[in-house]
Amino acid sequence: MKSKPETSHPILEVTNLQTSYGSIRALNGISFRIMHGQVVSLIGANGAGKSTTLNTISGILKADTGQIVFFEEDITGLSAHHITRRHLIQVPEGRQIIANMSVLENLMIGAHIRLDKAKVQTDLEGIFERFPRLQERRKQKAGSLSGGEQQMLAVGRALMMRPRLLMLDEPSMGLAPLLVNEVFALIAEIKSQGIPILLVEQNARKALQIADYVYVLDRGQIVNEGSAQEIQQDTDILSAYLG
Amino acid sequence: MDLLTSTTVQQIINAVSVGAIYALFALGYALVFSILGVLNLAHSAIFMWGAFIGMLALDPEKAPILIAFSIAALLLSIPSILLEKRIVQPQLLRLPHQSQRFVGLIVRVVALYLLWQIGRPIYGILIGILPETMIIPAIIAFVFSVLGGGILSVILEFTAFRPLRARNAARLAQLVSSIGAALVLVNVAQIAFDWLYNRTEGYYPRDVQLLPFIPTETWIIGDLRITPIRVVILVIALGLMVALQYMVTKTQIGQQMRAVAFNQRISSLLGIDVSRVYIVTFFLAGAFGGAAGMLFGMVFLNVTPFIGESIALVGLTAIVLGGLGSINGAVLGGFIVAFIQTASVTFGGSSYRNAIVFILLFLVLLLRPQGILGQAEENRA
Repeated sequence: MKSKPETSHPILEVTNLQTSYGSIRALNGISFRIMHGQVVSLIGANGAGKSTTLNTISGILKADTGQIVFFEEDITGLSAHHITRRHLIQVPEGRQIIANMSVLENLMIGAHIRLDKAKVQTDLEGIFERFPRLQERRKQKAGSLSGGEQQMLAVGRALMMRPRLLMLDEPSMGLAPLLVNEVFALIAEIKSQGIPILLVEQNARKALQIADYVYVLDRGQIVNEGSAQEIQQDTDILSAYLG
Repeated sequence: MDLLTSTTVQQIINAVSVGAIYALFALGYALVFSILGVLNLAHSAIFMWGAFIGMLALDPEKAPILIAFSIAALLLSIPSILLEKRIVQPQLLRLPHQSQRFVGLIVRVVALYLLWQIGRPIYGILIGILPETMIIPAIIAFVFSVLGGGILSVILEFTAFRPLRARNAARLAQLVSSIGAALVLVNVAQIAFDWLYNRTEGYYPRDVQLLPFIPTETWIIGDLRITPIRVVILVIALGLMVALQYMVTKTQIGQQMRAVAFNQRISSLLGIDVSRVYIVTFFLAGAFGGAAGMLFGMVFLNVTPFIGESIALVGLTAIVLGGLGSINGAVLGGFIVAFIQTASVTFGGSSYRNAIVFILLFLVLLLRPQGILGQAEENRA
């Protein structure tokens, strides 16, 4: 990269990542990169290894081999909380808010990783401005929110942690079509703030609309990649993965 | 006041202070259960050690032994923890995966033997320096019990629970492991009792004065006799419970504990150091167990290595009654068990004391297995 100073370093560079569950290999050597301000999407069928990829980057799963470099730092093999403390934030599949805590507690619980404590309150007000429903219900248990509100809370919680890279795992899963549009509008908004996003989606059509670059996964391998337009024009991929 | 009501009021007063001890003890079970989903059956042994440590500290002839031992252990623990973190663990990670566990075990057993060999002369020197008798204020003795219980409990986490979790062992395996740890702790206590008292029992001094301004004479109000110690116990126990409640709901570590209790994986994605939360939880549970042990000794005076056995049953009944893993439930359950026990002693006879607790446990499991304040699994706090 040093020979080409005009292109900046990728913020995340994954090289030959292999991950197994016991003796079953889920990732068969995956390599990809994310540049500044990009939305990169991993698409593919169920069981292709999309969530495994995110969980390996997050440190929840340990890679057998391979390397993960985040902002020029090798983070391979670090524990999940150490990776989160580098502001590489995952919003896990199925929302996963802490149901028995209040909405406010949910929003604040990740903020301990921040060093700019003074700005936490300002950010919280920003989140409440963006999601008035969360402000109305800030004292309620998060478990009492509707599915869509819970997803907003999960994303809000991640934003409170000031992500340098936001990884979203199936953010539209289990939501009504109207709410799916709302979630993608939110992702576009986050992108416009300059926060890079790694988006894992089964709803590939939606993902292609928003992504700058797309990797297609199949059985633990990247079988295709390209800009969203290139992928969209490839009828083979469309029929194989977009249903 | 006629005789019956005054007896009843007297018994209520007794039950409240015993209930406070039970509640304090049961909280330790509830804390660990809410976070690990596993009963720590060695908690009763921690309680016994709390009572034992407090007894040693209050005995002027034994106090120097306790202090010399504590200082020696402290002196050795700091370099050995550093050695483990800086040298042993990084070096082990370089070995092939299959041999890490085995080599690690050998290295640590050898290290423990060496520590014992180095520790003995240090202990000898300290005993030589310290005076032969030392009078330790009761409040300091209490601190010894609390810290001792906490530290023993953290050692349990590292030896009996963490290695099993690391290999994804079933919860039942962790339960059995805690039974093993309890046996070890009781056996070591037997050896220590034998060495220090030449028999397996000891006694607390009567009327321990926890703070200088607290009177020791029994208050007599009408027909009622109230020993100040019982009031003190109630105040201490309630104070500790309020402090715990505050910590769990208002502080950052408390929120992290609740998050980990809800879901470990999400917690680690929120940047929470889950293993640190485990250590804090075990320390708190052990500290509560140690505190309960010393308060128990101050009321009942007689301490043996086996006092954990009957309170284990009481504690289990209390948390099942209150709702497994519920902190408020453990407190409520502790008081209810104490009231029922006291009532059975007053109206039935003391020989049914434990049978009543068993019947209560049986009935709760039969009629309301989730306990009084019990909730569905997802909502535990």
